[in-house]
Amino acid sequence: MSKRSIVPFGPQHPVLPEPIHLDLVLEDEKVVEAIPSIGFVHRGLEKLVEKKEFTEYVYVAERICGICSFMHGMGYCQAVENIMDIKVPDRAEYLRTLWAELSRIHSHLMWLGLLADAFGFESLFMHCWRLREQILDIFETTTGGRVIFSVCKIGGVRKDIDKDTLKGIVTILDKMQKELKELTDVFIEDYSVQHRLVGVGVLTKQEAHDVGAVGPMMRASGIAQDMRMLGYAAYKYLDFEPVVENDGDCYARTLVRIREIYQSMNLIRQCVEKMPEGEIEEKFKGMPQGERYERLEQPRGEVIYYVKANGTKFLDRVRVRTPTFTNVPALLKVLQGCELADVPMMVLTIDPCISCTER
Amino acid sequence: MVDKQTITEVKVDELVDKAVLMKGQGYRLVQISCTFKDRFEITYSFDKDYELEHFRIYGERDEEILSISQVFFSAFLYENEMKDLFGVKIKDIAIDYQGGLYRVAQKTPFAPQKEEEEEAEHV
Repeated sequence: MSKRSIVPFGPQHPVLPEPIHLDLVLEDEKVVEAIPSIGFVHRGLEKLVEKKEFTEYVYVAERICGICSFMHGMGYCQAVENIMDIKVPDRAEYLRTLWAELSRIHSHLMWLGLLADAFGFESLFMHCWRLREQILDIFETTTGGRVIFSVCKIGGVRKDIDKDTLKGIVTILDKMQKELKELTDVFIEDYSVQHRLVGVGVLTKQEAHDVGAVGPMMRASGIAQDMRMLGYAAYKYLDFEPVVENDGDCYARTLVRIREIYQSMNLIRQCVEKMPEGEIEEKFKGMPQGERYERLEQPRGEVIYYVKANGTKFLDRVRVRTPTFTNVPALLKVLQGCELADVPMMVLTIDPCISCTER
Repeated sequence: MVDKQTITEVKVDELVDKAVLMKGQGYRLVQISCTFKDRFEITYSFDKDYELEHFRIYGERDEEILSISQVFFSAFLYENEMKDLFGVKIKDIAIDYQGGLYRVAQKTPFAPQKEEEEEAEHV
């Protein structure tokens, strides 16, 4: 029988921008078990709801994560709006969708860069992040912020985008798509990239369902579930289908994210084409009373906002179930039986956001 | 149109049976959340074909509840979280961190303080 040893992985590791720790139980070079450890930087942001008025809490929600900041604010706003039965104007719904899809492109490009960096393809990493800069520039032009831009508010959005700027965004994306094609061809076709990803970290369709995987992790295993299909914001007016791959390995997860970047570009074009004129905010009165579970599709998968309100300006409870939190059991599943050298790839392909997890 | 969300109350001792039933029907566990006022309320949400089913249990502060992580493995993280933040007593968790999932400065920070703890703080 092989000798068992335990190798600590993280919280400080070159592939980890944020702290998570895994105790890897090894037999020779093979991982037989992985025990996760989180909670190094838990911030207790959910507790802050007791001290911030429900209209102010949007700012806290946006600070849960610096990558999908906008969608955190949007999820919280949607939950409160549905409790209070506020009808958000159509134009605001389109603007929210546009910023959400830009956030998805920015997140996936960042992830592709980190993946390239993890398998030692430095130039690919730099090109991914170079393209991502253009998305951050669009954020800055349309909102004034590059990371946390605070345009979402209960009842709508704070800023409008004029026609010329909307056309400009489409022009940037058209130009960017050509450059993106050159980059993604490398991820899809390069021998050395495939060598690190194909057949590595396989999660079957049944396993993905059983461990409650979400987002690209789930869709790469053949499950066609995408919360945008629920039709929140302007998604109900747009034409799209969930991006699905069937192999369930690291390569399939990469393909899903690559195809989702192109899908997001397409959704943004549809938004610009179909965006109606009109108000961007619905004024409201009163305090929320009731409770609501709100689901959205963030870049990493399904996020759930639970809001419980008591009729005062302070909410009883806000609970955020983030996609990384629920993808940790899926990570443990794929780590079982893998080679130690492949562990960084697998950790990366769940696209871990510990900032979200440590909300 | 906003979808109607209903939450079905179940008894604490019926929880695991309900989880087995949901698993058998092909549901996916999507979240477990806890709220604590005078007593705790824990809501278990399951999804199938984009439809959410919510089940809620109510319990007293020191009441012990059985883990559903033997049925839905992914429940272990939610249950450890409730244990750490709210002090909910959950037994037989698949991976039990014994209160050490989160490195928090204050024990069970999301739970209301007991009267004797409040008095001790004022002394």
